[in-house]
Amino acid sequence: MATVRLEFSPEPAHVRTARLVGVAVARKAGLPEDRLDEVRLAIGEACGRAVTRHQRHGLREPIVVEMSDDNPYTVRVTDRAPDGIETRHTDPVDEITEEASLLLLTGVADEFAVSPAEDGNGSVVSMTWPLKRSRR
Amino acid sequence: MDLSLATRVVAAHTVLEVGGEVDVYTAPKLRERLTELLEAGTRALVVDLGKVEFLDSTGLGVLVGGLKRSRAAGATFSLVCSRDSLLKIFRITALDQVLPLYPTVEAAVGSATEGDGVGDAS
Repeated sequence: MATVRLEFSPEPAHVRTARLVGVAVARKAGLPEDRLDEVRLAIGEACGRAVTRHQRHGLREPIVVEMSDDNPYTVRVTDRAPDGIETRHTDPVDEITEEASLLLLTGVADEFAVSPAEDGNGSVVSMTWPLKRSRR
Repeated sequence: MDLSLATRVVAAHTVLEVGGEVDVYTAPKLRERLTELLEAGTRALVVDLGKVEFLDSTGLGVLVGGLKRSRAAGATFSLVCSRDSLLKIFRITALDQVLPLYPTVEAAVGSATEGDGVGDAS
């Protein structure tokens, strides 16, 4: 169940907006400041990936970002690209960029998964960060 | 502007000072500027990330591309970065093994030349 849901046209200019909203929801959920950079990076990577996938197919449908402030803080980014989850690259720099993106996502989110969208149309990247609510 | 780019020359090195956010939207502008500088014939390129607040995989890709194109043009290429949050990104992706990273511009321009012959004050 989403607490905040954001849809944006698949353009790079809007990825920053998704980062800002994601960090705002994470902060409100109680994620500590020193983990917010990770949230910012992970949402940026997931949304950037979704935008690239839509652009590759000339899709104008929006990308959907759902953020839940339950424990754990969860973000799901859904795209509608018809190709499989893997992509083929002709430029080695593009390949390095994609590998870096996956490494960053695995490296900064506590849990990270890519799966086909429920209706089989596109893919969903989901990321979670547990909230440690401790009293000091 | 989400991304700022400014150029200066330090000890015969072209220093490109990058500021703000380097992401999927702004990275192409950085790539364009790096290409322009190499095409203009710079022999030594230093990319100063001191004022960069955010860098994602697209930005990393542009920096790797910059290194490759510099090598092809016979120019040296180095990065200046001391911010922990950015250094972490280079470490996680193991690109700190590929990209020449220095903590300051002075270290980056001084790496190829030692002892500028600073005179003694007497």
